[in-house]
Amino acid sequence: MKRRSLPVMVSLCAASALALTGCGQAGQGGGSGDGPIELTMWTHSAGNPAELEVYEKIITEFNASQDEYKVVEESFPQGAYNDAITAAAAADDLPCLLDMDGPIMPNWAWAGYLQPLDLPTSITDELLPTAVGTYEGEIYSAGYWDAALSIFARKSVLDANGIRIPTVDEPWTIDEFDAALATLQSAGYATPLDIGAEDAGEWWSYAYSPMLQSAGGDEIDRDTMLTADGALNGPEAVDFFTWFQEAFEKGWASNAGTIGNQEFVDDKVALSYTGVWNALASIEAVGDDLLILPPPDFGTGPKIGGGSWQWGISSNCSEEQTEGARQYLEFSFQDEYIAEFADKQVVIPATAGAEALTEHFSEDGALRPFVELSQQFALARPETPAYPVISSTFEKAAKDIMNGADVKSTLDGAVKEIDANIESNDGYGF
Amino acid sequence: MALTTTKPEVRPAGRDREPGEGRLRRRRKLWAYLAMSGIGIFFLFPLVFMFVSSLKPSGQILSDSGSLNAFLPVGDISLDNYFGVFERVPVAQFLVNSVFVTVATVALGLVVNSMAGFALSRLEWRGRGLLLSVVIAALIVPFETIAVPMVYWVSKLPTLVFEGGVLKYDFGWLNSYQVQIIPFIAHAFSIFLFTQYFSTIPKSLDEAARIDGAGWFTIYRRIIVPLSGPAFATVAILTFLPAWNQYLWPLMVVQQEELRPVMVGMQYFFQLNPAWGEVMAYTTLITLPVLIVFLSFQRAFVSSVAASGVKG
Repeated sequence: MKRRSLPVMVSLCAASALALTGCGQAGQGGGSGDGPIELTMWTHSAGNPAELEVYEKIITEFNASQDEYKVVEESFPQGAYNDAITAAAAADDLPCLLDMDGPIMPNWAWAGYLQPLDLPTSITDELLPTAVGTYEGEIYSAGYWDAALSIFARKSVLDANGIRIPTVDEPWTIDEFDAALATLQSAGYATPLDIGAEDAGEWWSYAYSPMLQSAGGDEIDRDTMLTADGALNGPEAVDFFTWFQEAFEKGWASNAGTIGNQEFVDDKVALSYTGVWNALASIEAVGDDLLILPPPDFGTGPKIGGGSWQWGISSNCSEEQTEGARQYLEFSFQDEYIAEFADKQVVIPATAGAEALTEHFSEDGALRPFVELSQQFALARPETPAYPVISSTFEKAAKDIMNGADVKSTLDGAVKEIDANIESNDGYGF
Repeated sequence: MALTTTKPEVRPAGRDREPGEGRLRRRRKLWAYLAMSGIGIFFLFPLVFMFVSSLKPSGQILSDSGSLNAFLPVGDISLDNYFGVFERVPVAQFLVNSVFVTVATVALGLVVNSMAGFALSRLEWRGRGLLLSVVIAALIVPFETIAVPMVYWVSKLPTLVFEGGVLKYDFGWLNSYQVQIIPFIAHAFSIFLFTQYFSTIPKSLDEAARIDGAGWFTIYRRIIVPLSGPAFATVAILTFLPAWNQYLWPLMVVQQEELRPVMVGMQYFFQLNPAWGEVMAYTTLITLPVLIVFLSFQRAFVSSVAASGVKG
């Protein structure tokens, strides 16, 4: 009995295998081929109903506008999105359309995840410069919007303490800023500035590298993109990070707060270095007393970080699908959609046409100052595949300095780490 | 001369203490209970904070965090965060997915790993020691180091699908329940634990059963399994929690929202400004099943930990 069981099992397995082979592979042979071509689209918007609502509207209207293509959207939570993309790339299973945070684009283009966007210049030329992602002379991504950082303050508080209200044309110099912080501290604000240091991750590069650039330094030498030496550890960088360290030592800033703008709303801090996304809640809390001010000038004029979430087409997209993906993107870059997106997400619309349609960012809009800040001071983070390493190294070095590490040697260490990574990747093609 | 004998004083057992000793003992016991209650309350704090915060607006959670109010249901109390959770996340679907994946992983794992442990501890075959060494060596490999190659591998595995009512074959396990279950059924530590536990059961029982005509499977099913309750309970508990807490793997292999488990849902709340009230409401909801399982099997859990000497 037992000896017979093995041949029986083998025969059954062989018969099953033959039967399955006879069935044929799913998705091949027998498909009618008459339906629309499916375009998969991934977003980072899971858990963000306002953003998803606009995407769903665009997709529904695009799918209804023609019968050749059908966009199918899948959303992921933002904190897990990049890992999902990396895993999908490893499995050769990237979607056709995908959104990405601006600074990660060069890395994904270099890694072969993306193909050039090839949208008509009539679209890309109309967008804010920081809403267009370029790598090695080619446009790989474009977005509907950008964000901007500013300093929130109460007019009554500045007036009461005799502090000048800065403007885009005449921002605070670093000396004025220091004096303002000292005055506000003396006036009773134990920590006058919420600089956002309790946050982590990309925020550090997004928020503080523009200050470094304003001081004359940078995260990398942008002329060559091959070394951080001289940019991240030069005299200007050392001066800036010395100021940064002293701001914490003097108690002007702290890393003990909570993420968001609640401390400013509660009037526990006088100034808050924060973004457009917190503006409506602050207006609601503070009313007409709220000031949206440019960041201080550390020497070469104020700077704010540019480049936010943008759209790209993956290299997994077939020729037919790529054509459909481009048609979809062209369809989606309508002022009407961009304006709706800007108002619902409270972000700066990427076109002048959309600005006029928005409630918040039009000429009379309460958040109009952010448009000016973006136009005047936005600077994209370094467009190099090394950026993820630059960003994480910058964060670590800045945190060490905040906690009292020696400025010069910490920056030298960061430069060494960034340069070693660039060298081990043969310069990332530069 | 009168001979007097003195009867040796025999004090009943347990009554040979000084009068004050009982009081001292009671006092010590009281202090011990107070200390244990204090420690118990200390470990309850995170759960209390989580539940109480789930009833407060995000702003109040932050402003209460510096005082005892953080643990008290005071201020603006409502169920709004729970309504918010259900609007933001398909929480019922995520819970169903997690329950299914966890139960399947644990149940199949108990069968497969106990059989492997049985083969390694009871059967005589060449290479048994070497294989056990390989299983133990597998314990030191962190999952994160093999995750990406595994994603590639599962994306190429054959599978069966129904297409137009016809059974067909296809390739790729991504976006399925099986990809969340099957890679985690075989579990090196569980095999090792079963092997060790089965080794303590006398082999004479096998021999007696063999004489009575029992095959290996009958011995496994009728003798070994009934005698190994604590080992099964331990493995069930030790594999339940990691299966419930799966985050990285489903994130990498499941792209469709309707197949995601609860832990991936946590990330839905971390936008530019985290919705802390909803985070707390969601964590309360996804902690409840774990608490229910633990409270239901508390006795089995404690006895299995004591019997196997394994601490989770």
